[in-house]
Amino acid sequence: MSEEKFPTPPTPTPSPSLTEQAGNPNVDADARAEREGEPRRDFLVKLTFGLGGVAALAIGVPVVSAVLAPLLEPDPQTWRKVGTLTDFAVGSTHLVKFENADSKAWSGLTSESAAWLRRESEKEFIAFSVNCAHLGCPVRWEQGAGLFMCPCHGGIYYKDGTVAAGPPPQGLTQYHIRVAGNNDVELLTAPIPITNMTS
Amino acid sequence: MSFLQKAGAWLDDRLGISDTLMPLAKHLVPPGAKWSYVFGSATLFCLILQVVTGVALTLLYQPTSAAAYKSLEFITHQAVFGRLLRGVHYFGASGMIVLVGIHMLRVYITASYKFPREMSWISGVFLLFLTLAMGFTGQLLRWDSNGVWSAVVAAEQAGRVPIIGTYVARLLLGGDTIGGQSLSRFYSYHTLLFPALLFGLVGFHLYLVFRNGVSEPAKAGQLVDPKTYRKWYQDMLNKVGVPFWPYAAWRDVAFSVAVIMGIFTLALVFGPPELTQPPSPATIYTNPAPDWYMLPIFALYALMPPAIESYLIIIAPLLTVLALLALPFISNAGERSPLRRPWAVFGAGTVVTLVFALLVLGEQAPWSPKFDAKPLTTKLINSHNPQIVAGAGLFYNKGCIYCHLVDGHGGHRGPELTEVGRRLKTDELRIRIVNGGGNMPAYGGVISEKELADVIAFLETRK
Ligand code: FES
Repeated sequence: MSEEKFPTPPTPTPSPSLTEQAGNPNVDADARAEREGEPRRDFLVKLTFGLGGVAALAIGVPVVSAVLAPLLEPDPQTWRKVGTLTDFAVGSTHLVKFENADSKAWSGLTSESAAWLRRESEKEFIAFSVNCAHLGCPVRWEQGAGLFMCPCHGGIYYKDGTVAAGPPPQGLTQYHIRVAGNNDVELLTAPIPITNMTS
Repeated sequence: MSFLQKAGAWLDDRLGISDTLMPLAKHLVPPGAKWSYVFGSATLFCLILQVVTGVALTLLYQPTSAAAYKSLEFITHQAVFGRLLRGVHYFGASGMIVLVGIHMLRVYITASYKFPREMSWISGVFLLFLTLAMGFTGQLLRWDSNGVWSAVVAAEQAGRVPIIGTYVARLLLGGDTIGGQSLSRFYSYHTLLFPALLFGLVGFHLYLVFRNGVSEPAKAGQLVDPKTYRKWYQDMLNKVGVPFWPYAAWRDVAFSVAVIMGIFTLALVFGPPELTQPPSPATIYTNPAPDWYMLPIFALYALMPPAIESYLIIIAPLLTVLALLALPFISNAGERSPLRRPWAVFGAGTVVTLVFALLVLGEQAPWSPKFDAKPLTTKLINSHNPQIVAGAGLFYNKGCIYCHLVDGHGGHRGPELTEVGRRLKTDELRIRIVNGGGNMPAYGGVISEKELADVIAFLETRK
């Protein structure tokens, strides 16, 4: 590829006169035309990129928004009723199901969420994420053993959610829970807890 | 000229078949490039198979999180030949992974990535990861409880990446939890985004084959010298090269047809993988496990020490990718024959063995508690002493059997206890059960004195 094919910035030095160029057999017609049209060529290049940029930006905004939507949307937290006081005996642990905070109309079953709920005393409840703090597999409450166990890599937690054994770097995430009114047990839905590197 | 001939000539002129396409089909290839060269083209045929069956599946599949499971049931159990179609797509995916692997191994062992085919290797590396990504996203489209939980596990792994991890996880799930938005994302990745990238890269990969030619069979002592190679290769082709079509192509076609018929037969006989439970994230009694080709990675994550895990999850894949990309630049000249590159062959062998070992381990998953273990039978307990019988009951009830093997029953997570009565004394047993340690929970807080005595009495009879 010859050098002349690349755009060169316009030079302040006056270009050789036409007759000079014409008299020089080494200057080929293409290159001459290019050099003469330099400002025009430069303008056209800029115009092309400029116009392209405008179009790309116009279309890019909605497209990139769709891609990044999950980051742009707020992550709502909603109190959801998971049962009434009479449903949970003191000292028992239950799997409660509820609708996640930002369910979409087309979610179907996937709008469901679950948590482990323990009634510690008359007043006190404690709720755990079902996601193992290791890599998020669903932990099971083993009634006989009084432990939460994870099917994936054998992470085990005590009933208070602290790590008993296995790879989890931290205990089970707890959810906020309250008794609303006199009777309704409500849970504050939350994102899937992501265990990051520093934890 | 007859009308047909005229029409033919017109088409040929406008499309440039004899001018452009025929020379491509008839380009010269080195002789002796025999059966070891068929894996790349077989991968291509497999890809075409996946595209065709994939498009057919989209005609039957409902890509919404509410309907996907039902539509899969419909495809599997009602649609005409739906089961076969899903089966072919499933085994086709396995076929792609296997063939990509073999193709890559062949290229590595015969050092075909050396000058001037560096970019072929690099595009191949990207194709490998795209293929894996397709396999993974495809598995999630099954959208049963396994698919849903695999998505969660994937998000958790992404979440380990420092700083951007949580954002990546959110992007993957399409929100902060699994939900109506998640499947749309995976569907788009699997049917639009990745295929588009795949087509582009495959086109590029093929273009490079035409540009740089098929590598000649490696001969010991025949060194690649970037200065002279191109000329030497061209001379060799001109002297002894054979037209690709049909002298080499017939092997590609024959092998690919065998592969496709093999996939068809597997699909016919075994069918697609059964769906597990419906995709409710509240269905927690499930054991998320990936398809077989992801098992080695799954096993690797399960086996590495938790302390370094967060780092390895990020660093290991990164290093692998970098090493693969760097390969053709680290060694792009010199010997190509596997006979003269024993370390390369040894290395490749080691990797293959490792992957197989991890695959087998992943299949057994000895690190997982065996939740479906059955209580020990009276015959195995082999005692009528009520304390010992009670102890055996507790051994099951307290979950000990999920992790400990007794006479072939139970899990593999902890040490086998078949003969523990011989190894440990009462006190030692007691200390271990009460205090736990490592992968054993401390049972002190969850077991009563009497229960403890019963379990120990039972364990002491295991000799
Ligand atoms: S995900 Fe629970 S132990 Fe790994």
